[in-house]
Amino acid sequence: MRAHKITLITAVLIVIFVSSCTKDLNTVPIDPLVTTSGNVFNSPASYEEFLAKLYASIGISGQDITFTEPDIQAADQGTACFMREYWAAEEATTDECINAWGDPGLVEYHGGIWSDENLYVQLMYERIFVNIAYCNEFIRDANAKLGSLTGTLKTNVTQYVAEARFLRAYFYYCAMNEYGNVPFATETQLPGTFLPKQIARADLFNYIESELIAIQPTLAAPGANEYARVDRAADWALLSRLYLNAQIFTGTLTASSFTPGASRYTDCITYCNKIISSGVYSLHPNYQQLFLADNHNYRDEIILPFAEDGTHTESYGDVTFIIHAAVGGSEDATNEFGIATGGWAGNRYTTTFVNKVFSDRKDKRVILYTSGQDTTSIPTPNVFTEGYLSAKWKNVTSTGAPGSNNNFVDTDFPLFRLGEVYLNYAEAVLRGGVGGSSSTALSLVNQLRERAYGGSSGDITSSQLTLDFMIDERGRELQWEMFRRADLIRFGLFTGGGYLWDWKGNVIGGQATSVHLMLFPLPASDLQLNSNLKQNPGY
Amino acid sequence: MKKIYLLRYIFLLLFILLGTLAMAQTATVTGRIIDESNLPLPGASVAVKGTSLSAPTDANGYFKLSNVPLGAQVLLVRFIGYIPLDQLITVKPGNDNVVNIQLKPSSEQLSEVAVIGYGTVKKSDATGSVDVVTSKDFNQGAVNTIQDAISGKLPGVVITSISGAPGETSTIRIRGTTSINASTDPLIVVDGVPLSNVVPGGTVNVMSMINPNDIENITVLKDASATAIYGSRGSSGVILITTKRGTKDLTINYNVTTSLSVIPKEVPVYDASQFTALVNQVYPTTPAATSLLGDANTNWQDQIYQQAFGEDHNLSIAGTAKNLPYRIGVGYNNSDGVLKTYNFQSTVLSVGLDPSFFNHTLNVHINLKGLYNTNNFANQAAIGNAVNYDPTQPVYNGNTRWRGYTTWTTDGNTNINGDPVTLATANPVAQLDETNNTSTNRRSIGNIQFDYKIPDVDGLRAVANLGYDYSLAFGHNNVLDSTQWVYIPVASGGQKIDYNTNNRNQLAEFYLNYKKDLKSIKSTIDATAGYSWSHFWTSGNAIQSDYNETDYLPAQPYKTEYYLASFFGRVNYSFEDKYLLTLTLRDDGTSKFSPQDRWGVFPAAAFAWKILDEDFMKGNTTFSDLKLRLGYGTTGQQDLTNNNNYPYQSVFVRSDASSQYEFGNNFYYTLRPSAYDAGIKWESTTTSNIGIDFGFFGNRLTGSIDAYYKKTSNLLNVVNVPVLTNFASTLLENIGSMQNAGGELSLHAIIVQQKDWRWQMGYNISFNKNKILNLVGSSGPGYIQVNPNSGIAGTTSGDIQANEVGYPINSFYVYQQIYNQNGKPIEDGYVDRNGDGQINSSDLYLDHSPDPIVTMGINSDIGYKRIDFSFSGRVSLGNYDYNNVAANSTYRGLYSSLGYLSNQTTNASYTQFYNAISTNQSDYYIQNASFFRMDNMNLGYNFPAYWNNKLKLRVSAGVQNVFVITPYKGLDPEVAGGIDDNFFPRARIYQLGLNATL
Repeated sequence: MRAHKITLITAVLIVIFVSSCTKDLNTVPIDPLVTTSGNVFNSPASYEEFLAKLYASIGISGQDITFTEPDIQAADQGTACFMREYWAAEEATTDECINAWGDPGLVEYHGGIWSDENLYVQLMYERIFVNIAYCNEFIRDANAKLGSLTGTLKTNVTQYVAEARFLRAYFYYCAMNEYGNVPFATETQLPGTFLPKQIARADLFNYIESELIAIQPTLAAPGANEYARVDRAADWALLSRLYLNAQIFTGTLTASSFTPGASRYTDCITYCNKIISSGVYSLHPNYQQLFLADNHNYRDEIILPFAEDGTHTESYGDVTFIIHAAVGGSEDATNEFGIATGGWAGNRYTTTFVNKVFSDRKDKRVILYTSGQDTTSIPTPNVFTEGYLSAKWKNVTSTGAPGSNNNFVDTDFPLFRLGEVYLNYAEAVLRGGVGGSSSTALSLVNQLRERAYGGSSGDITSSQLTLDFMIDERGRELQWEMFRRADLIRFGLFTGGGYLWDWKGNVIGGQATSVHLMLFPLPASDLQLNSNLKQNPGY
Repeated sequence: MKKIYLLRYIFLLLFILLGTLAMAQTATVTGRIIDESNLPLPGASVAVKGTSLSAPTDANGYFKLSNVPLGAQVLLVRFIGYIPLDQLITVKPGNDNVVNIQLKPSSEQLSEVAVIGYGTVKKSDATGSVDVVTSKDFNQGAVNTIQDAISGKLPGVVITSISGAPGETSTIRIRGTTSINASTDPLIVVDGVPLSNVVPGGTVNVMSMINPNDIENITVLKDASATAIYGSRGSSGVILITTKRGTKDLTINYNVTTSLSVIPKEVPVYDASQFTALVNQVYPTTPAATSLLGDANTNWQDQIYQQAFGEDHNLSIAGTAKNLPYRIGVGYNNSDGVLKTYNFQSTVLSVGLDPSFFNHTLNVHINLKGLYNTNNFANQAAIGNAVNYDPTQPVYNGNTRWRGYTTWTTDGNTNINGDPVTLATANPVAQLDETNNTSTNRRSIGNIQFDYKIPDVDGLRAVANLGYDYSLAFGHNNVLDSTQWVYIPVASGGQKIDYNTNNRNQLAEFYLNYKKDLKSIKSTIDATAGYSWSHFWTSGNAIQSDYNETDYLPAQPYKTEYYLASFFGRVNYSFEDKYLLTLTLRDDGTSKFSPQDRWGVFPAAAFAWKILDEDFMKGNTTFSDLKLRLGYGTTGQQDLTNNNNYPYQSVFVRSDASSQYEFGNNFYYTLRPSAYDAGIKWESTTTSNIGIDFGFFGNRLTGSIDAYYKKTSNLLNVVNVPVLTNFASTLLENIGSMQNAGGELSLHAIIVQQKDWRWQMGYNISFNKNKILNLVGSSGPGYIQVNPNSGIAGTTSGDIQANEVGYPINSFYVYQQIYNQNGKPIEDGYVDRNGDGQINSSDLYLDHSPDPIVTMGINSDIGYKRIDFSFSGRVSLGNYDYNNVAANSTYRGLYSSLGYLSNQTTNASYTQFYNAISTNQSDYYIQNASFFRMDNMNLGYNFPAYWNNKLKLRVSAGVQNVFVITPYKGLDPEVAGGIDDNFFPRARIYQLGLNATL
């Protein structure tokens, strides 16, 4: 009898157990750091935190500095950051920077021999588009919720959406600048449901223009937003940059020739004028202070920064990279640069650049370090002690105190600042734009030079204000601020044999390069996956 | 330390000497063993039960046993192919004890039992590809891990130890690699409890839990027809471990092994004078380099390695108390590493109880295992730094800022107390001395199994199995301050890292088994159906600061879990005991996939035909065993690496404090959508297998031959996704397929079986070829998926392995080197493979694979009277390594403009690479790493029994990792994963052992 009871009890227990346990398979994350898309916006703070991600993705690699939650995959998460990749593309391919690490990706950059399998070409592309995907998701999610929101939250979220659209336009601008004809998607396309179509570079130009114009009313007035958030002036600054380069972006590139598109210099001047006449901005009196650890104090000139912080915003791929990679040789990393954890001995100027652009050492923008350096030439690119070092960017404050962290820097990156706007204005006038004047152009340039020389000793005359002068002046004012490649392209000096620098074309004295290098190739990794994509000419 | 060990050896010797003095009252037993036709059986073994007395029969079947104790004794008569016989005799004083015995042939020559998951079969009735290693066949002297004990014994099973660190784990691959991003480790089941593959932080080896001395046998299921009963978890094979159980009579066993480990060889580097000459030769006009040279002469590798001692004790007590069979085993291992400061200690307790109730209708099996393990991990960075540290510098230079250890300083090393060159080679001796990296693991595995014979139905059993696997690991990795190589978060601040991991896994299983002999239709049926539920839960945290705790990095807590639920069934049908059919079905559900894709059905069928039992084979004298096996089945995989337990869900991940962003004056944590694939589902592997088991000469020669084809589809594969379509550049998807095709042959021969001489040998050879069939749904060959886990040491960009359709997984991704007429590689001379006139990353190609194509195992066991000698070795052919150590050795590497010198391996003088930067991606460094390794040799002596034949003693001496023959140019060809970058060298281990059984 006892045996029968056991049999029965066993049977009943089995049935109960089996039916209850298959329900266990419906799990949701138990980690408090992880929320699901279903409940994430139950908390109003989530909108701000998601928006913060869109801004943060300009400089940092993921959700922690220990790389357990990276955004995109890379052997070295330092190289998976937008700023480091974009900086390398705009600087390490030009006369402004040659790197000593011997990383194959960077060597190919400087030699102009990059392929569609170059790691840097791939990582920059992946980073730009994942940032756009984040923006699309934010815009989609926030728009979907807007109808149910009220009051201040609704007002705030409406403005957040406009800022997200600005950031998306900025990332698309960068994609257009580097790759030209790129995959394209907006918030209307749901993840995982589509294969992106390719957009022609000129069409992308129009899209970016229309977005930047459309969001203007919703953005905060110039200077009226919180620090490090987009306002209308940032929007105007990007428009001025867009129009200045319009002939490049709307031109026709083949494997062997380039035909410029229609010029938009007048529009460029229009938006420069809006910023200048807003009265919110003025040149900061001290040039070097714009690149120091306390530069967040200088809202006078900086229109939109990437806000760095050594203890809260840690990354190996933002200004931390720019500063560390420039320090080495006999430089005093601890006291002079505020990075006691040491330099990485990578980036320095080419000798060509210093000899051509920095010939006048009285200019305070020429911030060189030469002690222990062989500055005559760079016969061996991987020897850091050959060439001129730069001391423009530092993690010390204007009083010489170190930043809050001796590894990750406090120095913000000015994505848009008044200095660029002045130069955009002057160049647009020189190139025939209307709505401005030559005298204003000359005055704006001389204001920059008076800051650089501490007086009028460096002023130029109207006859000296030429395009040849402008490319050098942009080099002096904006070096290592992610402008050089686009500037050289606009002046026709990036490819071809008109301007040679150390190791251009992968030979020591430089040699002519093919015009198709005006665009990077779409990486092979994405071409293989997306049958809608066509490779750029010449690759 | 050394002295203590010497004392132990002296005790050991005394013990042995005393033993030989013992005497007892004995007699001689003689007799003859004949077969069913009254013909003599030469080579049969005759032993006296409970003693070590045994003798083989001579050519005429006669045997003679001396010193047999008087009174009732049981003679154990064994001959392969015949039914074993236990004959009770009464031994009288004198020499006229004559016993003649006739043996009957066995129809089931292989009576070995194979565990097959939710049941057992006789090996002879197994329909799948199943191998069994019993404890007596374990590699002698392999005391640290199970992997060592069975290495080389099993065809198709490749075991590679990760390094020479004591207690370190091994990778096990059964019949090749079947997945890219899901686990390729076999499922390990211990007494019915599947172990999780998650290795808790601070733990060295999943299997360190199991003491080899406690194991009765290990069964390996290799083909899908055998593993399908484990369904989703059987794709990479299954290893079933069964521990020893309680015995009828009290048995006490004590085993001690002491060992001495030494480094077989060091990496060849320049000595101080060669190095000085070389720096002066390469940098004649760079005083910044030559001025750094010192005048010491330091062999840095000698400074970090040591001769290391180890000891291993095992005590087990087995018996039956009243009606409760029990076995208790305790093992203690304490081993130092050849790298100074490394130490591994573990205490393992194992308890097995097998009570039965209700007149043996309810049988209960209880297993409890406990592990207490402590590790002192040496800083293994010292290994590479000892190769690279400038030999002209002393270990200590008298500075006061760096605790006296020579440290590169930024002012050209002129001020020994100057600022550090943080990226310079760290002083390896300082790294060992100043690091305190210890961990403690506590783990317990246990289960209770109720096996109940249901009274009303003859042959029906209900089995419930409840198990758990809990572990807690915690530790710290601290480095003193005033150290140059740790500079985060505080420059020269040292570090303090405290971490813990906590795993809690539970298991519940129920099944019914019905076994019936249907004599009327000459059939037997053995059917099993059941349900299994498992829960896997893990959490942990790590906190890092500088040594003085002035600055903290954000903590890294995590917590995650997943569930598995499964229904399974199996029917074994046998007709006339000649035709055997097995049908298996498992339906698995996992919480990792969405409800739509959650369940996977994994069926399998196998057929075996015992040809020898057919009428037409009657009278055959050639074969003593002949069986054909055919199997086909599908298994699945959902065991994603990296705790990726929610891949189908759209989740947002909040940043930690290090990754905030500032608006205004406030910092905001950031919230990020994470990539997901809503349609992610099971990876499945389909295997076909054909095999033949055979035996010749009365099974003096036995073996099996297998051929298989495995195809893995819906590969769980982290692939690039088209940009804009998800929230990452790569995503885990079911994309691609891969095949493994191969064959195996294993042979076991009893070469000599005579009165005094015994000699048996085992040999196995396996062939496996892996090929990727498809990687990206929309494209064919040409798409290259770089392996992100194959970074080249010494550069921030560059992965050395990649996957491409048509190539084996993780092939090397390199430039094709051009050589000059003398056969020397030309610096940066590479073949322009795509012919575009320039050498760039488009010219990289796939060359060779780290996986062997052919592996062999060979082992031999020779006995003469009381002496035995055994060895086992392995051959691996066709495996290649990337010699990262040599690739980083160039003239360019001698001097860094950060201000320090680096020693190089002497290979630098051969290549003389100076300027080039991509030389480390040259296929010159992809080197043939085929090898033959003599894993161990062991010499043993069995003493005559003492103390009324109760005490049996055995002493043995052995060497592990005896020698290696290889064309490989690096230190050791056997590198898990194929990237040879200064790993912890495998030691050569000399051992002495004593085993006492009472």
